[in-house]
Amino acid sequence: MKTICFYFQVHQPYRLRRYRFFDIGENHNYFDDFANRSIMRKVAEKCYLPTNQLFLDLIKEYGCKFKISYSISGTAIDQFEQYAPDVLDSFKRLAETGCVEFISETYSHSLSALKNESEFKKQVELHKKKIEQHCNQTPKVFRNTELIYSDTIGALVADMGYKAMLSEGAKHILGWKSPNYVYTNAVNPRLKLLLKNFTLSDDIAFRFSNRAWEEWPLTTEKYISWLNAIDEKEEIINLFMDYETFGEHQWAETGIFEFMRHLPHKVFSDTNFEFLTPSEAAEKHQPIAPMHVPHPISWADEERDLTAWLGNDLQDEAFDKLYSLIDKIQMISNEELLRDWKYLQTSDHFYYMCTKWFSDGDVHKYFNPYDSPYEAFINFMNVLSDFTLRLEKELMNNRNQDMLSTYTPEEIKKLIGEYEQKLTELKSVFDKNSNDSSKKEIYS
Amino acid sequence: MRVLMFGWEFPPHITGGLGTACYGLVKGLTKNNVEVLFVVPKAYGDEDNSVVKILDASEIELNQDTLSTDDFWRKVTFMEVGSSLIPYVSPEEFKRISSMDILDQTKLNQTIFRSKYKFSGKYGRDLMEEVSRYAVIAAALAVKNNFDVIHAHDWLTYAAGIAAKSVSKKPLVIHVHATEFDRSGENVNQNVYDIERKGMEAADRVITVSNYTRNIVINRYGIDASKVVTVHNAVEFDSKKNGHDEQKTVPEKVVTFLGRITFQKGPDYFVEAANMVLKKYNNVRFVMAGSGDMLNRIIKRVAELQISDKFHFTGFLKGNDVNRMFLQSNVYVMPSVSEPFGISPLEAMRANVPVIISKQSGVAEVLNHAIKIDFWDIDAMADAMYGLLNYDGLPTMFRRMGQEEVLNLKWENAARKINEIYQTAL
Repeated sequence: MKTICFYFQVHQPYRLRRYRFFDIGENHNYFDDFANRSIMRKVAEKCYLPTNQLFLDLIKEYGCKFKISYSISGTAIDQFEQYAPDVLDSFKRLAETGCVEFISETYSHSLSALKNESEFKKQVELHKKKIEQHCNQTPKVFRNTELIYSDTIGALVADMGYKAMLSEGAKHILGWKSPNYVYTNAVNPRLKLLLKNFTLSDDIAFRFSNRAWEEWPLTTEKYISWLNAIDEKEEIINLFMDYETFGEHQWAETGIFEFMRHLPHKVFSDTNFEFLTPSEAAEKHQPIAPMHVPHPISWADEERDLTAWLGNDLQDEAFDKLYSLIDKIQMISNEELLRDWKYLQTSDHFYYMCTKWFSDGDVHKYFNPYDSPYEAFINFMNVLSDFTLRLEKELMNNRNQDMLSTYTPEEIKKLIGEYEQKLTELKSVFDKNSNDSSKKEIYS
Repeated sequence: MRVLMFGWEFPPHITGGLGTACYGLVKGLTKNNVEVLFVVPKAYGDEDNSVVKILDASEIELNQDTLSTDDFWRKVTFMEVGSSLIPYVSPEEFKRISSMDILDQTKLNQTIFRSKYKFSGKYGRDLMEEVSRYAVIAAALAVKNNFDVIHAHDWLTYAAGIAAKSVSKKPLVIHVHATEFDRSGENVNQNVYDIERKGMEAADRVITVSNYTRNIVINRYGIDASKVVTVHNAVEFDSKKNGHDEQKTVPEKVVTFLGRITFQKGPDYFVEAANMVLKKYNNVRFVMAGSGDMLNRIIKRVAELQISDKFHFTGFLKGNDVNRMFLQSNVYVMPSVSEPFGISPLEAMRANVPVIISKQSGVAEVLNHAIKIDFWDIDAMADAMYGLLNYDGLPTMFRRMGQEEVLNLKWENAARKINEIYQTAL
């Protein structure tokens, strides 16, 4: 039997509030509570709640014959806790069915894999704990932020004990090869790779409601016929997409929910496909070849590269300045600072600074709270300036604390006494000198 | 395609941006195979005749033949436009003008018209008189010359455009570079407003230099939106780069305002933003280059804020001094309250200076690589200044992208659009 593997990315960033330079050193609240809350509530009502209910219904109807998987970023879960506990509950109910797999990623949906190995590992570990806490399962499969992948990142993920990883079936990497097989990491063949079939995924995620598309309207029957049309030797169709596709990018009025509601039944009756979770799929199918990815790829834009987040002068400066703090971060344990550190790393902040969309800005404006990448950059840098000041202050306090813990009160008193004596000596020397010179002035 | 074009000035004799824009436009039109007869009130003889035939209105003789044809006078109903001008001039001038009977065709003293009238071509006291005189000449020119379209730039020439249209029955295109609302805020001069509105109403097509201006034309003058089209200005630079070996003379970074110090340009907002930046950041000086009726008020405010040691005034700059000022600058700010287009940010970008521009400007519609703020939002303005001074990524990015963006704003492309508009007007 062939496999359909559904995977959904659930992510919300902590958007920054308008933070002016005169807030630096004065105000340490960086996040736009109002925007974050209202966006979360809006997406919850339009997407998370109804879609979760739909999948709960389908699982109720078909049992574990119907399976799906999610990666939910830590920043999304934190915001569920804050603003949408109802959404978190419904994800928990999905987890309880046993038909849903939750997979690993970095806590803050960050780009740390490209910059710092230990920070990356730390974030993955944090995220894993969060998933264990809420979903009662330990993730076995990894998905990096926006499907960013390279040979090195894959090898690192393999070392961390993961069996499989999701990535993009980028044309410029695969060439004539098909994404509809399982591949392996080029460095460590024990890590299996599931690659997104971007045509069939994007038919749902991007083109579903596009009336200019020649295949519009997309019916379940038509989609089933495309599934049946793939080469008979091909084994797996990976349908990876933003969860917000349902109800948010494609509104309910487009019929996206009806499409999904009818899909499983049609798959069971008219095809020889079954639904598997990523770890089951990686288990079942034999990898056919290693995939070589020397330079990082992602699932973004036509280019499938990193230029949505990194590469222009603004993004590079912000990114480098942020990660230049890493040694200092490792020396602190202040929870508020560590929380802000996590939230500032979220890739969306760098996405807002991208300048390549001046030509086709509309698609991306939807995701962007700023009028221009320049504003996004200035705002982020102002926040980062304040964060840096706080970090340095914290380190200074720690040093003073260290003093207090290394010395006994008697020793400190003794030290103060010594310093005071030194000061008096210096003072008397100075006074004597200045007396001498003033005398000279009188005589001369 | 042959165009009879009415302007007020032409390089090298310019007092404002209008002459420069006309020059660029005319050159662009000739590249699009459009022939232009350019009429100015006064030609000095050293205008660039290579691209356009310059007609000097002062040299046009109105003779008995022209004036005696009934046909001519039947068509010259533009005289009514002139009547609304009278209250605007001083009593003595009123007397003089009425004695010349230019408003009373039945008592017309033809000898006055037979001789040539010497236009000053300046924005002087006799401006209104010159405007109506210019219209008379325009009608005469329209009879004598062959052309397909009439094109008139700004209110000073609208009367001429209307006159030429009524005589020749050729389509009239009005080009709005600025409106009375840009020049005077809400205290509009009613006469000027009336001339503008009559011009727009009489026109077959109205070209505006930005959507910002287009909205004013539609909403404040009540002009039918379907005939108002935006063609953004372009800019032309000398290919030679001058003065690039000059050194910065102050160690601090420099933030510059360059323009007339008038209400329209928003200099007061610049001062308040500068004050905010100086509270937090010391390695900077602010320069206000230009002169205007708000200068004294601004100087007083700067003293009141006690930032005079960091805030400097240069007076009016021209020619190469403008370039030298740009070379000293790290940030250029144009906080205009109302700016139909605004060419100076483009000049700053050309000189590698990052720019902050107000959203209430036409140029904001064509630039991506600029920071755009509302003129009244001094928080945002100060924040943008601080960002440009402190975060190196920004100026680097601007230098990389801005240069290319500015060089892509070509008159040739603007002229192509204008040529298309001519076609629809025929």
